[in-house]
Amino acid sequence: MLEIKDLHVKIGQKEILRGLDLSVGAGEVHAIMGPNGSGKSTLAQVLAGRENFHIESGSITWNGRDLCSMPIEERAREGLFMAFQYPIEIPGVSNAYFLRAAVNAVRRHRGEPELDAMDFLTLVKAEMKTVGMKEEFLYRSVNEGFSGGEKKRNEVLQMSLLQPSLAVLDETDSGLDIDALRVVAEGVNRLRSPDRALIVITHYQRLLEYIVPDHVHVLSAGRIAHSGGRELALELEERGYGWIKKEAVQGKEASA
Amino acid sequence: MESVSPNIGSFLDREYEAGFVTEVESVSLPKGLSEDTIRQLSARKREPEFMLEWRLQAYRRWLEMETPEWAMVDFPPIDFQDIVYYSAPKSKADGPKSLDEVDPELLRTYEKLGVPLHERARLAGVAVDAVFDSVSVATTFRKQLAEVGVIFCSFSEAVQEHPELVRKYLGTVVPPGDNFYAALNSAVFSDGSFVFIPKGVRCPMELSTYFRINARDTGQFERTLIIAEEGASVSYLEGCTAPMRDENQLHAAVVELVALDDAKIKYSTVQNWYPGDKDGKGGIYNFVTKRGDCRGARSRISWTQVETGSAITWKYPSVVLRGDDSVGEFYSVALSNHRQQADTGTKMIHMGRNTSSTIISKGISAGHGSNTYRGLVRVTPKAENARNYTQCDSLLIGKECAAHTFPTIEAQNPSAHVEHEATTSRVSEDQLFYAMQRGLSAEDAVSMIVNGFCKEVFKELPMEFAVEAQKLLGVSLEGSVG
Repeated sequence: MLEIKDLHVKIGQKEILRGLDLSVGAGEVHAIMGPNGSGKSTLAQVLAGRENFHIESGSITWNGRDLCSMPIEERAREGLFMAFQYPIEIPGVSNAYFLRAAVNAVRRHRGEPELDAMDFLTLVKAEMKTVGMKEEFLYRSVNEGFSGGEKKRNEVLQMSLLQPSLAVLDETDSGLDIDALRVVAEGVNRLRSPDRALIVITHYQRLLEYIVPDHVHVLSAGRIAHSGGRELALELEERGYGWIKKEAVQGKEASA
Repeated sequence: MESVSPNIGSFLDREYEAGFVTEVESVSLPKGLSEDTIRQLSARKREPEFMLEWRLQAYRRWLEMETPEWAMVDFPPIDFQDIVYYSAPKSKADGPKSLDEVDPELLRTYEKLGVPLHERARLAGVAVDAVFDSVSVATTFRKQLAEVGVIFCSFSEAVQEHPELVRKYLGTVVPPGDNFYAALNSAVFSDGSFVFIPKGVRCPMELSTYFRINARDTGQFERTLIIAEEGASVSYLEGCTAPMRDENQLHAAVVELVALDDAKIKYSTVQNWYPGDKDGKGGIYNFVTKRGDCRGARSRISWTQVETGSAITWKYPSVVLRGDDSVGEFYSVALSNHRQQADTGTKMIHMGRNTSSTIISKGISAGHGSNTYRGLVRVTPKAENARNYTQCDSLLIGKECAAHTFPTIEAQNPSAHVEHEATTSRVSEDQLFYAMQRGLSAEDAVSMIVNGFCKEVFKELPMEFAVEAQKLLGVSLEGSVG
């Protein structure tokens, strides 16, 4: 479903991703771990289409299409969803309005009829119950004054409503207490299905106790330094990232 | 925000849809202004002597006055001798007619602008006075209104048919010598709307005036006078457009509102004059004096304006809170894009006891636009327990635009409570990216943010106008959700 080949990405003069390869098949959950500054968030932003990153070389193919040539909103409408590490506040715009606009943008794209206010409210209220959000959050401005946990729940709510085929969760677990973490995990697990793929970006393996990945990759210095099954996450928990970094440096020297 | 994505730019570059010219023969006075011009104008309108005298006095005052220089707007001096002060479609020159006799070309013009004048075409029941250049071409629903005693007609007709009312109220809120442009208007105003709601009557429909400048080199100087007697109430709407021309055109109007005891007047404007092109060429100079007088106890006057047009806007709809327990309100959205300049705001003059006022001002600056809020809240020594709440927000789109705020508060009575809140924010790239990642186009994302910013003002507009205002700002209606 998603095929990333030899991806090199710069922000300004700095090369962040240096030859990243990743292949994600339908129905799979991939965890991407790695120390701070390894390029995890850059990968998420590049997939979503953030403009200030420059793709130097390499390719990203998504369902047979060149992802890099697709505008941000088209990626979203085609089913790519990114849960933000720091969800953005939009004062003055009610959450309900924002959510409905998003849902209807995707529905229009799929040729489905738009949801009217009543149908949408029924849908969104049911989803809010499952993610444990109070209804009042519908009428508050998007993320404005939300706590960290509330913002993340709101991301999961959006993901549940939009039913993406490829979801990228960018450190959605950071700064969450155990209850919020469970909500996030449950939201993700509900979404798991044979035709969907998920990329879970995280610094800690804690989240992976709740979302059991099929594959774990360790990102270091802008490339996948190590791949394995879920046991790799546990190994990282025990040994830290140091040995990966060492391996990466050695690998680089070897290839140089 | 480092840079604005190109999509925002194209959104802001939308076409001015009302920019067409109507081909009608018109009768105009030659360019220039003198006592003679005024005499001719007055004679052409077959005005009573008192009207001519009033005009001439205003003209003499005007000659001694100087153009106001204090506003944050910049434009070359206006040559007042290079303006046509009176231009009317020829078919209209012979006086008022029924709707069926109005030049079909004019009817088509208003239809194109979304203001069909044929009464049967109106479902919502909004009575319209259509002012084309210097004259009113049609006023609809007059008969139905007359049945409940409401007078709604062009100003010229009011001068003919209700001279006693005109004489009693004209210039009592904005005296001829009030300011430079008001004096000019008093001397040369050619038409406008007149509304009189008698004691105890709630006007059964929305009243509206649609101003259209069409002829070249013509200034539009109209005058609106609305009187709500004891216990009366009315909601009045005003819309405006003009063709796209390279030259600047002057629009210097005066609006006077009088509310007696327990009367209510709600005055809403959606102003979409031609703003000039991207480089600031052409467009309307909108120099307008609007003032309401809460003359009676418990009276209420409310101004709501959405300003998207004009090259330059210079306008401060104000309320004089003379009556005890009277209420004044000002809700404003002003958008300045490209090279547009807006210096707008309000004055709330508290004189009676227990008066209160609310000011909600939303300024949006984009492109190279400059947006200034200028406001005065004055509590006079005898105004016991005056209350004012002011909220003044600015939204910046891009990095070449400017927003300024000049609030003045003069509290001369120790019992006054005056609150002022102000914010400045920017449409950020993060916000756009976030919304677009959820499937919205950049255009819809900007609209949504702008719309959210203006919500408090839009909700004050009558339903029909709210829709038009949002369309004008390129935004879709924020539905019943949220």
